[in-house]
Amino acid sequence: MLSSHLLSLLIWLPILGAIAVLFCGRNANAARWLALAVALVAFLVSIPLWTGYNIQGGGMQFIENVPWIAVLKANYALGADGISVALIVLTTITTALVVIGSWGPIEERVAQYMAAMLALEGLLIGVFAATDALLFYVFFEGMLIPMFIIIGVWGGPRRVYATLKFFIYTFLGSIFMLVGLIYLRVKVGDFALASFAHAGLGMREQTWLFFAFLLGFAIKVPMWPVHTWLPDAHVEAPTGGSVVLAAIMLKVGGYGFIRFSLPITPDASQEYAWLVIALSLIAIIYIGYVALVQEDMKKLIAYSSIAHMGFVTLGVFIALALVRDAHNPMGARLGIQGAMVQMISHGFVSGAMFSCIGVMYDRLHTRMIRDYGGLVNVMPWFATFFVLFAMANCGLPGTSGFVGEFMVILAAFQDNFWIALLAAFTLIIGAAYTLWLVKRVIFGKVESQKVAKMQDLNVREWIVLGTFAAGVLLIGIYPKPLVDLMDGAVRDIVQNLMLAKA
Amino acid sequence: MIEFHAYDLATMLPELFLLGATCVILLVDLFIKPSQRDATHWLTIAALAITGVLVWNRALPDGASLSAFNDMFVLDGMATILKLFILLVTLAVCLYGRAYLRDRKLFVGEFYLLLLFACLGMMLLVSAGNLITVYLGLELLTLSQYALVALNRDSSSASEAAMKYFVLGALASGLLLYGMSMIYGATGTLDLAKIHVVVGDMVHSEHRTLLAFGLVFLITGIAFKFGAAPFHMWIPDVYEGAPTAMVVFVGSAPKLAAFGMAYRLLETAMGGMHGDWTLMLSALAVLSLAIGNVFAIAQTNLKRMLGYSTISHIGFLLLGFVNATPAGYAAALFYTISYVLMAIVAFGVILLLARAGFEAEQIDDFKGLNQRNPWYAGVMAIAMFSLAGVPPLFGFFAKLMVLKAVIDAGQMWLAIVAIVFAIIGLYYYLRVVKVMYFDEPADDAPLALPQDLAFRWALSVNGLALLGLGIAWGPLLDWCTRAFAA
Repeated sequence: MLSSHLLSLLIWLPILGAIAVLFCGRNANAARWLALAVALVAFLVSIPLWTGYNIQGGGMQFIENVPWIAVLKANYALGADGISVALIVLTTITTALVVIGSWGPIEERVAQYMAAMLALEGLLIGVFAATDALLFYVFFEGMLIPMFIIIGVWGGPRRVYATLKFFIYTFLGSIFMLVGLIYLRVKVGDFALASFAHAGLGMREQTWLFFAFLLGFAIKVPMWPVHTWLPDAHVEAPTGGSVVLAAIMLKVGGYGFIRFSLPITPDASQEYAWLVIALSLIAIIYIGYVALVQEDMKKLIAYSSIAHMGFVTLGVFIALALVRDAHNPMGARLGIQGAMVQMISHGFVSGAMFSCIGVMYDRLHTRMIRDYGGLVNVMPWFATFFVLFAMANCGLPGTSGFVGEFMVILAAFQDNFWIALLAAFTLIIGAAYTLWLVKRVIFGKVESQKVAKMQDLNVREWIVLGTFAAGVLLIGIYPKPLVDLMDGAVRDIVQNLMLAKA
Repeated sequence: MIEFHAYDLATMLPELFLLGATCVILLVDLFIKPSQRDATHWLTIAALAITGVLVWNRALPDGASLSAFNDMFVLDGMATILKLFILLVTLAVCLYGRAYLRDRKLFVGEFYLLLLFACLGMMLLVSAGNLITVYLGLELLTLSQYALVALNRDSSSASEAAMKYFVLGALASGLLLYGMSMIYGATGTLDLAKIHVVVGDMVHSEHRTLLAFGLVFLITGIAFKFGAAPFHMWIPDVYEGAPTAMVVFVGSAPKLAAFGMAYRLLETAMGGMHGDWTLMLSALAVLSLAIGNVFAIAQTNLKRMLGYSTISHIGFLLLGFVNATPAGYAAALFYTISYVLMAIVAFGVILLLARAGFEAEQIDDFKGLNQRNPWYAGVMAIAMFSLAGVPPLFGFFAKLMVLKAVIDAGQMWLAIVAIVFAIIGLYYYLRVVKVMYFDEPADDAPLALPQDLAFRWALSVNGLALLGLGIAWGPLLDWCTRAFAA
């Protein structure tokens, strides 16, 4: 009984928990403990999702399907394949860590903050679990509200500008997607994603729909040139908001490409793969250079996120190019696999990097690189973690950052040497901006009095960074379980693409 | 030959009851002391509730309809839904307005009587089967509204608003009558169903020009009553100038009645010319969306902003008519109901915060509301996100259904226009949320809210309904769809 409603439980437990947390009102400690309990229970509930997912069986599992709006034939339909499972587990882990990490730094209106985080968790899990387009859209848009509040209330000085830009930008993208979804509904007669995939669309329709989806998901990812909301949102968001934004919300864009663009508009996706590949390469190289010159650490990591997410879109669309040009399903699988591993890995790495910046910010209340220096002398444990995450960020073998990027570059090689070469530039640029950051912040002499007084990690920060580190190393050293988990879903996607081609 | 049957009276029993109750309340109010005015208040609420029960009990099976008094009066599924919501909303207006009126020494019997008469007018209007009944119902409604807006005689802005409303409204009524006379001239009948038949035969005859002229005037009248651009001039001024307790009424229930009137005149009577009027309505809709959304951005007065937002919502709901199919009308009806439920929450919160000598109508008056009263800040935020059309709130699904109707009709460009303006509209709703949540309050003193528990509970339930209907909106949509089932 319980296992057949696992996904519903995962969605509604945090949302109902959020309401309960709201009632804690001004009792901050009660709100913290209750939020932690809810987040941990959600994490525990998500474990059977991973262990219970039948890898041999593949496909959508944990299916729930209840009529929702009979007139529209919209259903409350949930299901998870390997990719969803991985992303849902990433969500529950990250939220639990964010709740722990926000324990000290958030002092005002704690109950509302924790409630917003939990509601966000529920909505994000809903996005990854919905197999009905209308339900997906509701979760997809609904998650903007808590994030809007999180950035706007607990953010930095320019939070209002940043949060309005964030909301309007993402709303703009997704509402065009909504028109596309309604068009599909009118065409096929219900809202199930599976029926959308068999709509038998002509090339013209597919092209329009492809661009509607591209706009929606490209802004979420975000891809160059619609990325400008992200640095602002990251800089102004509180640490927890940044972590969730980077670790999970950006993944919704990549997930959308896999769930919508590829199955529903396969031909148009192949036709315009060159465009997305070109945009991804621009993101990887140009945004990498932009990251190099940043003086604000959060901005630097935000730009590095855009560059790393470029690998996700590159991996997905290089797979399309491989199917189209080379009839190379194995290469295509490698590309999509790489993109998915990169999503999970980036979830850990970027979450960890933003948490690290949060740790520093809590002590010195500045994010400027020039205010730091020589942290290794005063905070040896912190320095150890920071260097580890930095290495993962530049893709050092043995860390999770390496696996995804390597797979994508390998796939790109099978298609076109030059694309692979350009993508591989990231190893140089990424190393440059990350290592230079490490040099300026961690190493060197302690120049400032304030830095000299900084305390090393406390227990809560230890737990947060330690968990992230474990994730980064596990995926880096032994990625096989993760790859196996997602392999079935990836295989299905590639098979569909081959069929569409034929 | 006019015949009279006793069962005709039974068909319109709810209206007759409301009329009787109104007369009783009028008399009761004459004989009580001002300190006992609460009696009028509760009697009015009881009258509205009982009328609602009577309407509910006489609900017909799907697709059935009854007519009375030689088809002057029609009872069908749509009329039942509209009447129930009109009564519900008017009842909410009574509950929301009391504390505000009392603070401003406007707590008088006239308020309730005018509400009741307006309500009666609306019920007649949505049940009209004849051009005469349409006009009767409409005038009963609008005359009561003019008087309501002018109820605060000492306020120059309210008097100005009432004057503006009256002059423009009288002009619109004149245009409507003129259009009706043309249609009567062309078809030789006042009966809506008969007009439908004759228009169907005449569309390709030499009378077509006359009919088209008549149609233009009808649409002008309808657009004015809705407040669709370019006949929207009265809306911002009336919303800003009139006492808030009147605005919450003027801005809510009459929209439902206007929907009923539009359906009766356009579909029941002029259905044969839907090719003409869908085009005109598309133009009105686009213009309303543009003017409403763009002008709302510049407002600093919340009531005025909500006025412009009304215009944009009217534009959206007119899009539902563009399809001229039952599904489209159902979408438009669903949209109207959702809009009305959202609007009374927004105005309700303004009423809640207002107190003697303080109107709480500037957007800046809401600064830091979340720190002073998180519950009602949350209710207002729900209303704003819902008006903006953000899921999972009710307003999103209303927009979804209208967009679906438009795309069904193959009018993709209209859908694109509508969503572009929805994005523009997003900004000013978010600004209210921003002010409530992100800004610091001007003073930290806790809010002195009215001690009217009925009001506070009703408003909270109303706000939560926007959330609840966002999750379980299927039954209401289903109901609206069945109302138009042939």
